[in-house]
Amino acid sequence: MEHIISITVENKFGSLSRVAGLFSGRGFNIESLSVAPTLDPSMSQMTIVTSGDDRIIEQIVKQLNKLIDVIKVVDLNESDFVSRETALIKVHTRPEDRAEALRIADIFRANVIDSTPATYTIEVTGDPHKIEAIINLLQPLGIKELTRTGRVAVARESIRSTSLQTKKVARE
Amino acid sequence: MKLTGAEILIECLKREGVKTVFALPGGVVLKIFDMLHQQKDIEVVLTRHEQGAGHMAEGYAKATGKAGVCLVTSGPGMTNVITALADAYMDSVPMVCFTGQVPTSLIGNDAFQEADNIGLSRPCTKYNFLVKNVADLATTIKEAFYIATTGRPGPVLVDIPKDVSMDKAEFTYPSSVAIRSYNPVYEGNKWQIKQAAEAMTKAKKPILYVGGGVIFSGASHELLELAELTHMPVDMTLMGLGAFPGEHPQSLGMLGMHGTYCANMAMHYSDLVVAIGARFDDRVTGKVSEFCPHAKVIHIDIDPTSIRKNVNVDIPIVGDCKTVLRELLQILRATVNGDQRELRKPWWNQLHEWQQANPLAYQQAADGPTKPQYVIKRLYELTKDLDPIVSTDVGQHQMWAAQYFKLAKPNRWLTSGGLGTMGFGFPAAMGAQAAFPGRLVLCIAGDGSIQMNMQEMATAVVHKLPVKIIVLNNRFHGMVRQWQDLFYEGRYASSDLETTPDFVKLAEAYGAVGLRASKPSEIDDVLKEAIAVNKPVIVDVPTYRYENVYPMIPAGGCNHEMILEDPPALKNKQAGSGQVMPKDSDTILTA
Repeated sequence: MEHIISITVENKFGSLSRVAGLFSGRGFNIESLSVAPTLDPSMSQMTIVTSGDDRIIEQIVKQLNKLIDVIKVVDLNESDFVSRETALIKVHTRPEDRAEALRIADIFRANVIDSTPATYTIEVTGDPHKIEAIINLLQPLGIKELTRTGRVAVARESIRSTSLQTKKVARE
Repeated sequence: MKLTGAEILIECLKREGVKTVFALPGGVVLKIFDMLHQQKDIEVVLTRHEQGAGHMAEGYAKATGKAGVCLVTSGPGMTNVITALADAYMDSVPMVCFTGQVPTSLIGNDAFQEADNIGLSRPCTKYNFLVKNVADLATTIKEAFYIATTGRPGPVLVDIPKDVSMDKAEFTYPSSVAIRSYNPVYEGNKWQIKQAAEAMTKAKKPILYVGGGVIFSGASHELLELAELTHMPVDMTLMGLGAFPGEHPQSLGMLGMHGTYCANMAMHYSDLVVAIGARFDDRVTGKVSEFCPHAKVIHIDIDPTSIRKNVNVDIPIVGDCKTVLRELLQILRATVNGDQRELRKPWWNQLHEWQQANPLAYQQAADGPTKPQYVIKRLYELTKDLDPIVSTDVGQHQMWAAQYFKLAKPNRWLTSGGLGTMGFGFPAAMGAQAAFPGRLVLCIAGDGSIQMNMQEMATAVVHKLPVKIIVLNNRFHGMVRQWQDLFYEGRYASSDLETTPDFVKLAEAYGAVGLRASKPSEIDDVLKEAIAVNKPVIVDVPTYRYENVYPMIPAGGCNHEMILEDPPALKNKQAGSGQVMPKDSDTILTA
């Protein structure tokens, strides 16, 4: 089963290779991985999409926790979460296809972020199904280049705790 | 006062209580060696190969319980020490390895003797550091020792570029360490411990399955009390030997692939397995799907990843063995009464039956070829009152040593368990000898594995480390030969060494003492002579070439399905091998 694991690590030299090395060394699977600094620049946030049965996922979480540079590990599948991915799609556009490309982009609420006489570069954000869907529709036009960020995800806040937090922030 | 990186390193080592560094110099660590040369508090043991330095640090650590320290140069120096790092990582040996690195300005330029020490060591160390600024050196070393010796111990590598060892910084040694992402758990969960105590009082057929974690945690005393209080039998893993007295009536000996019949049967038919500081290695579990089919499993380990990695666990307790056992004992002292002895009587009857049905056995004819088991048995009898430290290499001799050398106390057993590193034994013994110059240190080796780090004999002679090596010489990679006989129709692909050096002359060539026991009747005298010499000794014992280690659970086999002796076809083949087999009519020296 697919799991999204959110990992907070020390933002230092080698942290990424330790995490990636753990996955390759123990034969765990990485479907996608994204990393960027957090609000606190001394830490980085990684989101890894992986898959495995319960025992494998338990091992992945434990092994990640065991890494000295790892501060926190959350298996997002243990609760509700939202996830998004961005894709940049460079599509060939013959004059007769340009309107069609724009229509498709429009349907998916995607943006054209670069345009040349023969191509559009389309930016689309959504869950993996949405990305797959737009790719499928654009494919007949001819996709010249495609790059995807891999998923980022965050646990859904329960409505109750959100309102509490808002209060706390308001008081401060 | 400002000190150079090299001086800071030495000051840090002193503050960590390091007395011995196993080392081999090279270009980028010359400054460090130069400073070591000018002080007297830390002894530098110059090895002949970096792998030797690594294993010596391991031997030192296993015998003392403190972190072993080695120091090697960049590039090939570092790559040579990798085997020892991997070995220490598998067997949780606390060790700090300092490696030299090319100057920071040259890193990544394919400079002379440059290697990516951090990348190379990442999968075989608990953690590693590249020190880029001399100002960070002291803190880094403090953290390195802290990480190596706390939680589940392991090797830590500190990579020091040449310029960092020459640059100067103000020296202050931090008094404590705080790493926000590293907080090992020592206290077990109280509720789980209570559950475990309850299961331990109720079980009819319990077994204690103890591993190396008990030794590193220093929990032998607690283990003994627990076993005696609850009247539970004790199985030890290869790494756990010595955690519980081998001659104790409740000890069933080693379990696993070459464990005793009783130890493995007890495991298979138990109704409660209490694993303490052990990790359910495949050499212990055999076929996982049929492992302990009737048992509830309690698993006490400081490393959460060990729990439920290979087998399902009913009561997991993450914590330090000693701390958890103390808590357990507190509960059990109040709850255990005479009932347990009565409750477990049938279990003990069964265990005794198994012990009598298939004890460890071999046949030694008085004038036949020497049996390796006999040598170890005699070595054990002759030295047990001297409280020796025993190291082994890897292979048949290692298994026989594990079976027949019954250790009474922890930290006496130096062996390579997880990685199975041939060539480990001799340097590890030297490391232990360096820590305890007055003690008797034995190295039981095979003729194959001793040749893998033979060069360290020069180190032993120079540094006066009087290790006694007993080479069980069958001119085979014996364990490989055994598998070929059992599973590859006796085709000896690259297992027959055909010739071995004359170990007596070899020892003498190094300035050590060489002895040989050519027949069984000579063994006692030769061993006594070796023990009496205050110099490194090689005792060469030519043995029967085709002896096999039993019991044996074939890889992937089930724990209660052991091979107990050579299959008939193999017996016939060996009878025609030219070596004299003991006959029933021969005088049997030891059964």
